[in-house]
Amino acid sequence: MSNLLEVRHVTRKFGGLTANNNISFSVNENEILSVIGPNGAGKSTLFKMISSFLPTSSGEVLYRGERISNLKPHTVARMGVVRTFQETTIFKSMTVRESIVVAQHLRAKASLAGYFWGTKSAREDVESFGRYADDLIDFLGISAIRNELASNLPQGNLRALGLAIGLATDPKVLLLDEPFAGMNHDETMRMVQLVRKVRDDRGVTVLLVEHDMPAVMSISDRIIVLNFGEMIAEGTPTEIQNNQKVIEAYLGSADDEIGI
Amino acid sequence: MIQWTGLLVFLIAVFVLVPSYIAASGRTDFYYTLTSVALLSIASAGVWLTFYIGRINIGQGAFALIGAYVSAILVTKAGFSFWLSLPLAGLFAAVVSVLIGVPILRLRGVYFAMITLVLTQVVTLTALALPVTNGAKGITSIPLPGEISVFGLTVIPDFAGLENPRLAFYYTSCALMVLTFAAMYRLVNSRLGHLCRSMQQNEELASSIGVNIAHIRVIVFAISSFLGGIGGAMFGSIAQSVYPSSFQVTDSVNFMLNCFLGGLGYVFGPMLGTLVLYFGWDLLFELGRYQLLVYSGMLIILMLFLPNGLLSLRLRGKGVAGR
Repeated sequence: MSNLLEVRHVTRKFGGLTANNNISFSVNENEILSVIGPNGAGKSTLFKMISSFLPTSSGEVLYRGERISNLKPHTVARMGVVRTFQETTIFKSMTVRESIVVAQHLRAKASLAGYFWGTKSAREDVESFGRYADDLIDFLGISAIRNELASNLPQGNLRALGLAIGLATDPKVLLLDEPFAGMNHDETMRMVQLVRKVRDDRGVTVLLVEHDMPAVMSISDRIIVLNFGEMIAEGTPTEIQNNQKVIEAYLGSADDEIGI
Repeated sequence: MIQWTGLLVFLIAVFVLVPSYIAASGRTDFYYTLTSVALLSIASAGVWLTFYIGRINIGQGAFALIGAYVSAILVTKAGFSFWLSLPLAGLFAAVVSVLIGVPILRLRGVYFAMITLVLTQVVTLTALALPVTNGAKGITSIPLPGEISVFGLTVIPDFAGLENPRLAFYYTSCALMVLTFAAMYRLVNSRLGHLCRSMQQNEELASSIGVNIAHIRVIVFAISSFLGGIGGAMFGSIAQSVYPSSFQVTDSVNFMLNCFLGGLGYVFGPMLGTLVLYFGWDLLFELGRYQLLVYSGMLIILMLFLPNGLLSLRLRGKGVAGR
């Protein structure tokens, strides 16, 4: 196991507020790492900096030794680090299959002009996009909604669509933004299985931000805990459950939220 | 199959039926009207394309004016053939739009719209100030398009020697319009169109899947302005003159309205929108000073009840962008 992604002394300030203070950790290849913490702990900010949607104030993020922070999101995606969003961020008037076809942008071999004139490589691309989309739909078990418009999908399916769009880019590291939020127990368990399958079958390293403690505990290899922008703990689910600092951080908010 | 029949009917109507009707009825003024519609719809198609990436473009008049001046200057001062100056006018407008687009295309919504609104005025003032554009006097007596011949075979005759140059301009403009909309249809249904749709619907998600959105925006804006430049250059050639007031802010607004009226979701929307707006305005001429009042009132009602444009009435599945 080697360090695939490394977060080094990353700090983000918004005016006088420090959203992330000197955060350092690394992500191993092929692991599922969760970032948890009470509301406002700075989880989303950290995510945005890793995917270059937000520049860091100081510090850097490395992927296979190359800096990926303070670039453009599309450059980072090109390198293989792709984030998903919460359910409202979708292509509303595209069907599930269309979304997946568009999302394979990085796999395109022909140029934009090539598509316009319909060159051989463009036609091959289009064919391969379609095949890949169908494979991915089968892989995720969402063939029932293949031709549904995204705007008509219920919440649970939107998560699967978000995951599908992310996976269509063929990422090495996938950042999942609250993949279980607003799901009931059954839906959450199905999603947990799906995320595991993505890691196991496709060799994708997964980094996720999540509130749902039972899900996090069951899915994660390791967990990072943030509180008020500081990283207060790092360890396996068992270690985190017994960590005094973590328990204190959560006692301030809802007791049952941590689910232990 | 239905699409090909529709296209054939359209082509026959434009290139055979309309000219023979005009010849039979003697209403040769229709040539000028319909030529204008064809050219304005080319410029409107450009505006439509910027709508397609989620930007409100009220600056097409600027690029039409640039195109008209570039062609006029090349023909009168440098002795270029009009047919060579036409693509060059489009290209020049596209280059200018890239220079302007790089800084302003990151703006969204009303902010982008406001800047483009100012552009037309900026180009007008520039044309007034520069020596090469001859200030307020403009460029006049531009010669009509000359002959193109390949190996001694005349492909396009000299317009000045024609009995009816209006008909020649009508055919040329309609041919350009058909070419433009064929290219637009192809573009919208090719990968670039799909990427535009993804950006229109969610720019963040588009960039997360690796789309260089800044790059695509500039490409699309350049194509849009290219079409504006072509439309403008043709107009200058027909009027045989260009003035700083040839294209004004009102024209820019009209280009945008054409798209709204036809339907932003339909490639052929701008063509229909231009036709209806142009003829609608003329038909209301009888109303005298109430013309503008009635006209704008009808526009408001149309947009309230048909927010997706005239084409949303029917044509579902036909010419629908990217479906």
